[in-house]
Amino acid sequence: MKNCYLGVDIGSISTKGVIIDEDNNVITSSYIWTEGNPVHAVKKLLNILKEKLPNNYQLKGIGTTGSARKLIGLMLKANIVKNEITAHAIGTLNFYPNIRTILEIGGQDSKIILIKNGIITNYAMNTLCAAGTGSFLSSQAKRLGVKVEEFGDYALKSKNPVKIAARCTVFAESDLVHKAGVGYLKEDIIAGLCKSVVLNYLNNIGKGKKIIGPIIFQGGVSKNKGVVKYFKEVLKEDIIVDPNGHLMGAIGIAILAKRNKTGHNYSLEINNLKFVTKAFECNKCPNVCEILKIYRNDELVDSWGSKCGKY
Amino acid sequence: MTKIAFPHMGDYYIPANYLLSHIFPNTKVIKAPKITSKTIELGTKNSPEFICTPFKYTLGTMIESINKGADTLIQMGGGCRYGYYAELQEKILKDLGYNCKVINLVTEGTTNFKRINNLLKKIDPKFSKIKAIYHGFITFKMVKYMDQIDNYIRENIGFEIEKGSFENLKEAMLIAFSRVKSYRKLKKTYQRYMHKFKNIKVHKPDNRIRIGIIGELYTIMEPFSNYFLEKQLAQHHIEIKRFTNVHYLLFEKAHKYKKYQQYAKEYFKYNMGADASDNIARAKYLCEKDYDGIIHIKSSFCTPEIGAMPIISNIVSTYQKPVLFFSFDSATSETGIKTRLEAFYDMLEMRKEK
Repeated sequence: MKNCYLGVDIGSISTKGVIIDEDNNVITSSYIWTEGNPVHAVKKLLNILKEKLPNNYQLKGIGTTGSARKLIGLMLKANIVKNEITAHAIGTLNFYPNIRTILEIGGQDSKIILIKNGIITNYAMNTLCAAGTGSFLSSQAKRLGVKVEEFGDYALKSKNPVKIAARCTVFAESDLVHKAGVGYLKEDIIAGLCKSVVLNYLNNIGKGKKIIGPIIFQGGVSKNKGVVKYFKEVLKEDIIVDPNGHLMGAIGIAILAKRNKTGHNYSLEINNLKFVTKAFECNKCPNVCEILKIYRNDELVDSWGSKCGKY
Repeated sequence: MTKIAFPHMGDYYIPANYLLSHIFPNTKVIKAPKITSKTIELGTKNSPEFICTPFKYTLGTMIESINKGADTLIQMGGGCRYGYYAELQEKILKDLGYNCKVINLVTEGTTNFKRINNLLKKIDPKFSKIKAIYHGFITFKMVKYMDQIDNYIRENIGFEIEKGSFENLKEAMLIAFSRVKSYRKLKKTYQRYMHKFKNIKVHKPDNRIRIGIIGELYTIMEPFSNYFLEKQLAQHHIEIKRFTNVHYLLFEKAHKYKKYQQYAKEYFKYNMGADASDNIARAKYLCEKDYDGIIHIKSSFCTPEIGAMPIISNIVSTYQKPVLFFSFDSATSETGIKTRLEAFYDMLEMRKEK
């Protein structure tokens, strides 16, 4: 029996899961849409992984990361729950020990992680606003009638990318409508969108940060060749895009689960698990907190959201 | 009978309450309810959208204290937009149909005794100046003692052996301070509690993580407005250094400015308003004293701090130290703060291990 470790990264758009062995090699992985229901998505994910996993492996640790990390961590009884910034850095460093900069653009957030000698030295994450992230591109794709997966190919065809005011997603859309109405080509507009994502990112998150190569670009948007092209153009550096780039967070958290192993055995079997969350508003004080109670097999395991510590 | 009230900021309602109730024995001091989500909702609803967040918080407490019966509100002013708070808030409150007056005790960060005397006469024409000076002195001492205890707590709360011992003792301390009636009693209370705090058992490892918190004054001092940042840090066993407190603002700021300017002269030449230049010098100080990281917090749209931020990132890149910038708004998501804070803590720990 060989040991293996599961890492689950539950993002806003997609849920990623990997199983690694003792030497950090990926045994099997899966990538599915979250569709707004992390509990359901994780159940589906584990079923897929269970089928793919060879019989001679025993699960020795589970780690969760991503926006639903806490909830799923409770559900799977994970031995480690960590934020996505740390997980991404650890995962990437496993494959690229000399990396200096990680650019990451996901569905709703974008971050930059600066690394020196294998340690994170600085990071930044978008605050207040999600302009220039994956959701921005997919909402514009819908308006243009192009699949977001084909965005990159369109962008590469363009010779004169259009300038688009992309500070705010909604205003970018009005600018886009205007540009389309004036008669610009579709590929030029798409190329302009990709370029605006890059400029927005560098002006917002990358502000004041020294971006030194080697640079790796990750997250869902890294699949977009147009954005990669403009990153190369603006930064004047080579950009690495790993085919497993979308799994880095999950791999990172699996490695952390391995480092923090408890010695217990874990199981991928959760089909019979009843996992329910109930939300209500507490009216005991003017804070009116939204309390979330979490039940695992009808047993209250945790409640969140209280400001005064009553729950 | 006049009913006075004042906006909340941290635990400073205790000295403020002491001062007002002793100077004006014939008036009633109304303590605003504790800041809750409702306070900020009220404030946001009635404020200009892009005003700094402390304006919204203080307006919220003002409305809440008017609803409790107050008719005279005390506000202060500082060297930034803070200087306009009192006038603007009075106008907004009048437009909302409340009959009240707002008295601005400090303008542009300076305290002119003649002006304050005239203002206090507006509240109660027969107030005794000698009593005011005497009680003013006690209040200032109270502020000093409370700040000293708070500094001690901040350095040690992350390392308490029995969970909650600092917090429980602090609650008892606040009650004791609010019962103080004379200078002798005040000093005794201070000594007693300082002794008790020092007797709480702590386990401080040598390689502990130390963080300096700098930034805009209200957001730093009102824990509700910074989403209990210090509490969250303490849970991660971090020693916290904070410079800004009321004692600093009232007594140290004026003469420390020159020292700060000399200390960080390569980074700024002119006063940048509010606490911005102080924070630049503090960032340099924290880097030179080898703190592990700096957290800079401000309310959204705080102009002086926005000016200081690029200079601070310049300083930390020279010294190779990490800095985390937070901008708190009435609509900030708490999960976002937690994620960034956690990542910051992980980063500091990883740096420490190497």
